[in-house]
Amino acid sequence: MESSLKVPTMAELFAEGKQPEVLFWVGCAGSFDDRAKKITKAFIKILNKANVAFAVLGTEESCTGDPAKRAGNEFLFQMQAVTNIEVMNAYEVKKVVTACPHCFNTLKNEYPGLGGNYEVIHHTQFLKQLLSEGSITMEGGQYKGKRITFHDPCYLGRANGVYEAPRDLIKKLDAELVEMKSCKSRGLCCGAGGAQMFKEPEKGNKDINVERTEQALETKPEIIAAGCPFCNTMMTDGVKNKEKEASVKVMDIAELIATTEDL
Amino acid sequence: MHYLPQMLFALVLTIGIGFFIKNVSQLRRNIRLGRALQVNDNKSQRWKNMIKIALGQTKMVVRPIAGFLHIIVYLGFIIINIEVLEIVIDGLFGTHRIGLQLLSKPIYGFLIGAFEILAVLVLIAVIIFWIRRNGIKLKRFLSSEMKGWPKNDGNIILYFEVVLMCLFLVMNAADTNFQVLDSGNIVSQYIAPIFSDMPANTLHLIERSAWWLHIIGILAFLNYLYYSKHLHILLAFPNTYYGKLTPQGQFKNLDAVTQEVKLMMDPNADPFAAPAEDAVEPEKFGASDVTDLSWVQLLNAYTCTECGRCTSECPANQTGKKLSPRKIMMDTRDRLEEVGKNISANKGAFKDDGKQLLGDYISHEELWACTSCNACVQACPVSIDPLSIIMDMRQYLVMEQSSAPSDLNNMMGNIENNGAPWPFNQMDRLNWTSEN
Repeated sequence: MESSLKVPTMAELFAEGKQPEVLFWVGCAGSFDDRAKKITKAFIKILNKANVAFAVLGTEESCTGDPAKRAGNEFLFQMQAVTNIEVMNAYEVKKVVTACPHCFNTLKNEYPGLGGNYEVIHHTQFLKQLLSEGSITMEGGQYKGKRITFHDPCYLGRANGVYEAPRDLIKKLDAELVEMKSCKSRGLCCGAGGAQMFKEPEKGNKDINVERTEQALETKPEIIAAGCPFCNTMMTDGVKNKEKEASVKVMDIAELIATTEDL
Repeated sequence: MHYLPQMLFALVLTIGIGFFIKNVSQLRRNIRLGRALQVNDNKSQRWKNMIKIALGQTKMVVRPIAGFLHIIVYLGFIIINIEVLEIVIDGLFGTHRIGLQLLSKPIYGFLIGAFEILAVLVLIAVIIFWIRRNGIKLKRFLSSEMKGWPKNDGNIILYFEVVLMCLFLVMNAADTNFQVLDSGNIVSQYIAPIFSDMPANTLHLIERSAWWLHIIGILAFLNYLYYSKHLHILLAFPNTYYGKLTPQGQFKNLDAVTQEVKLMMDPNADPFAAPAEDAVEPEKFGASDVTDLSWVQLLNAYTCTECGRCTSECPANQTGKKLSPRKIMMDTRDRLEEVGKNISANKGAFKDDGKQLLGDYISHEELWACTSCNACVQACPVSIDPLSIIMDMRQYLVMEQSSAPSDLNNMMGNIENNGAPWPFNQMDRLNWTSEN
């Protein structure tokens, strides 16, 4: 089934003289992280099913520079940005969709000042569009009545004000959306942002992902939904820490939709 | 002799306002020690933010109890101060309750009555505030940075307000003519009986004392502001005007770096070219001291009223890390004051004191604990951005000192060498398509 994935690259389409409607920016996590790769595949299955004319950059994609910038290395960030912008501008990219809120934020907000002007949307926004256009239906009903809580990724929510698209999708699954005590603009970080993903936390009395997972578990969910590969890792680790992995799953919105569509 | 009280009043007023002007000019000078930054875009949105956030208190009510009480004190402060106008005119011209001559009795009574009710509401709110700070052990008022002066400062402000409100009510209660009028003495009529047995002279003395202490108290409070966290009553307005308009996730791109990067990417640039004769010294990257921060960030520091909403929303702080966004702002202000005093003491030139914001005030550990989640920025009721200071200081640590934690150096090395934060080859980016 995996082999049936259609993943055209920008280079292939360019050679055929074609221009896709949208570039899917896979991101480093989506390309290399075992958990995140599943999210990438789930999203691609939906794109294939909906016959979206998309392409990926593949080996021409490189880190957006987000973790470097948040770690304080502006130079490395701009080198990455300028390189990526050169590639995207050469392909005359107009629209970008990504399943990573960090890539989303950087591409959307920090690339324009360096010459990269694209319409950038998060995959939950894109999925919502597909749904409202009727390109996907979400009729499976697999999640009907299930308790799902949504963890707001900081770089999607507070950073860019996108709170409703992922929630609308969960509601469309006929699931019971339950909110944590800190949600939306007051959502608690999973602990991965600002390059924390790549280092040990400072000394404290608890790990941030455990704190956030506790908040999520308070809602007695069957599924903790996420919209960011890093949040996904942190929440998955948190659920394991609380020894709840048998009863609570951490899933990306794209995975929920792909499963309900039986893809 | 007849004019003596008026002359005395003019003197007190001049001294009070004179000191205030001196304080403001010092404040202005210190804020301008920050790096230049043009903020003149989108004026209409900026005015809207100021009216909504500072005047309209929209972000205060996110926490309903504190927000509601704050609105009472805030409204009381603004509205009761209309009374100060009357006091100033009376003081300067030797009149008594000039308002009664200018306005009809019901209107004047309505105004003073409203002030009296507000005064009582403010008193109640201030007492609840005091209990919140000293009695019920609210976590955000107990952090380590709130020990000593910051705690006392908070209480002094509350005591000031209690005294001022009481003086206002006593002043009205002891004013026989005003009580006889029986219009507007909604609250003070219940205090008046305490004075009813006193001789007219004593009563007059009490009334005059309350009147004088009230205006002297207000002038003292005005001059206390500069030394206190209470400056927010003035600076919340410019601070919300100059607040960030772009999405919270958008961090500024350093122009100096852009120049360098463009040069590196330019195939025609001569890599061995000597810098031009008139080339300016390259700007320092990031911030190690307050003078490396922008003036808006310094204005932020003076605006902070140490409410601690930022810190209580901070994921690092909630999980016991040293980072407290409030402390970042307090440290910035403390260091800025220190630099300012140094400049004043050395005839306008800063004399190196061997100290800086980084290390002497803010530790590396605090800076590296930040997840850049923007919860502190979102929580601030007056548009302060502690995150921008943290990021500027990280920039200094990494770009000027190469002193990032080793894990981060590995991550950056990976991005530099293979375009991902992990050690995977860029050529393997599509491998997932053929994996199961």
